[in-house]
Amino acid sequence: MKMTGAEMVLAAFEEEGVEVVFGFPGGAVLTLYDEIFKKGLRHILTRHEQGAAHAADGYARATGKPGVVIATSGPGATNLVTGIATAYMDSVPLVAITGQVARPNIGTDAFQEADITGISLPITKHNFLVKDIGELPRMMKEAFHIANTGRKGPVLIDLPKDLQVEQGDFVYPSKVEIPGYKPTYAGHPGQISKAAQAIRRASRPLLYTGGGVVSSGAQAELLTLSQQARIPITTTLTGLGSVPHDYELFLGMPGMHGTYAANHALNECDLLVAVGTRFDDRVTGKLDTFVPRAKIIHIDIDPAEISKNVVVDIPIVGDVRLTLEQILKRLANAETDGTEEWCQMVREWKAAHPFRYCQDSAECLKPQFVIEEIYRVTRDKGPILTTDVGQHQMWAAHYFRVNRPRKFISSGGLGTMGFGFPAALGAQVAHPDELVVCIAGDGSFQMNSQELATAVHYRLPVKIAVINNAYLGMVRQWQKYFYEGRYAHSSMAGSPDFVRLAEAYGAAGLRVASADAVTPTIERALEMDGPVLIDFQVDPEENVLPMVAPNTSIVEMIGGE
Amino acid sequence: MRRILTILVEDRPGVLTRVSGLFSRRGYNIQNIAVGRTIEPGISRMTVSVEADPLTVEQVVKQLNKLVNVLKVSDLTEEASIGRELMLVKIKADPVKRSDIQQMVSTFRGKIIDVSPDSMIVEVTGDDEKLQAFTLMMQEFGIKEIVSTGQISLLRGSKTMRDVKA
Repeated sequence: MKMTGAEMVLAAFEEEGVEVVFGFPGGAVLTLYDEIFKKGLRHILTRHEQGAAHAADGYARATGKPGVVIATSGPGATNLVTGIATAYMDSVPLVAITGQVARPNIGTDAFQEADITGISLPITKHNFLVKDIGELPRMMKEAFHIANTGRKGPVLIDLPKDLQVEQGDFVYPSKVEIPGYKPTYAGHPGQISKAAQAIRRASRPLLYTGGGVVSSGAQAELLTLSQQARIPITTTLTGLGSVPHDYELFLGMPGMHGTYAANHALNECDLLVAVGTRFDDRVTGKLDTFVPRAKIIHIDIDPAEISKNVVVDIPIVGDVRLTLEQILKRLANAETDGTEEWCQMVREWKAAHPFRYCQDSAECLKPQFVIEEIYRVTRDKGPILTTDVGQHQMWAAHYFRVNRPRKFISSGGLGTMGFGFPAALGAQVAHPDELVVCIAGDGSFQMNSQELATAVHYRLPVKIAVINNAYLGMVRQWQKYFYEGRYAHSSMAGSPDFVRLAEAYGAAGLRVASADAVTPTIERALEMDGPVLIDFQVDPEENVLPMVAPNTSIVEMIGGE
Repeated sequence: MRRILTILVEDRPGVLTRVSGLFSRRGYNIQNIAVGRTIEPGISRMTVSVEADPLTVEQVVKQLNKLVNVLKVSDLTEEASIGRELMLVKIKADPVKRSDIQQMVSTFRGKIIDVSPDSMIVEVTGDDEKLQAFTLMMQEFGIKEIVSTGQISLLRGSKTMRDVKA
């Protein structure tokens, strides 16, 4: 069938089941936008391309489906970069479509020209510059395939302006044949047997799991493994929600701002079962002090993660869910050596060392209290929580007890300030009937506050909690501990009145400055239609504790007694 | 130590950038790189020399394998393989020195491919060691310029990197 390039993109969207795209139009995508207009495809217009990329990312994290973002050439494309890099670091499936100047003008420094395939090379799983209309259907197919298989990630298609109007034959390939891209799903049976045997023999085993459990949908298998073989679990930031928070053997998050129980379990375990996780420095602390007593099993779909940071004993390359299923089969009816003594020990650590804060006066509002109250008031609704990056993010990880996967959405790897709010909009677009809460910092929120317009425009009723300490709190905390209290440019003096900012956009704004107003204000916000921002004016110098100084052992915890 | 990697890639625009970019991005330094066609249309073969420890090389190989346009990566360092590099050397050649140079070139089984009144160009092939030795000998006469291809390698025997469909 004859179609123009722009029509082909829309036809491919249809084939791929794309229901909504996020984007921002411009000169080099006018034809594509004309087609979106004509076909009536749902499009969410953000106020900045970065917002569109994060929104598509939030949509993908909330649904498991690839998010689609569109931007024009040049500055439109470069504005996507932070969003694409965020998705890349957290293995989120994203398809980014950028306009490019017309083919004859490529390489001439034409108006709004940027070499976006060159720029995005290190932050995409793959990218394409379409030069021939005949290649477009195949490239669209491959883009969605690559983004959403294996270790997921962003793929970019750069579409020259003149190609969008050119006619060509559209035949959408029914299957994908890429000789250099064959992800391994089934783990090696011999390695799986070895792993099962090691699990049977361990007396102090520990599951350390990450975002891979969420992306492969392995939460049920993970819990069964933990329950059957009696293995405690610690979960990284991107894995939060894949294990019910109230599960007796769940130890919370490990690492720099991890729990006492998780870090000590890592230090004492004799077998570490790492599942869909990548031994990030925020988790391991000083590498040669990490899991000093343990043999390591590592299950991951990406072979390059095996022994990248920590040399492992039993590597298994494969899909996390399928591999856990196989391990469970081999463990069935097998006697596991008693781990009960160990389980008892970690439960005692857990009970003796919870996260602590002191909300002792009504005037001085503690950020932890705010987040705990948001959790308490909203828990029955099972909200989707998104966060920005910094202190509030860590407190959200500590005090917002998520019980289901895809309910805790946060920029883990890249640590992108300004991620949380647009990601919340994407999640709300995906799940219009669910409660979506964004916990932001006053610094982070200002990095994408322009998206209040998007929330109002599309009536996306996201509830935003700005944990406002008038500082770049985490920067200030590091300056306090590691730079002798010299607060170099971490004060956010000059920030706007957030309530009036929200109101200026046509959203509701509320302010809380004392502890007794917290709960009623949250309740009030939940009763209001449309987007609501609550400005929580909290203790400016509260610190996230415990804390492990960078490049030290994770059991050397500041404030971890 | 110096490792030799051979990489089969789809001959697509930007593939050399993808490969070389990966090396620099992950902090590995390419010593030399040679790219050329293979017997299969659309597939190129790269030979890359890199100075790195075995664990680092293992990581490089894994990262290379993740590139969609990369078909196969082999580390030939430990394998029985033949490696050759082609070097062209422009040497100062006063008429009185010419016969000395000629003699040295024939010892290294090189070829004189251009002669001018005061210089000559010598073509010599070999492995890294031989070319270094040759360069050292030629310094005595005065080297004006050197260009080399980077090493290319094949496995010894009938083993190949990839079966070619007949």
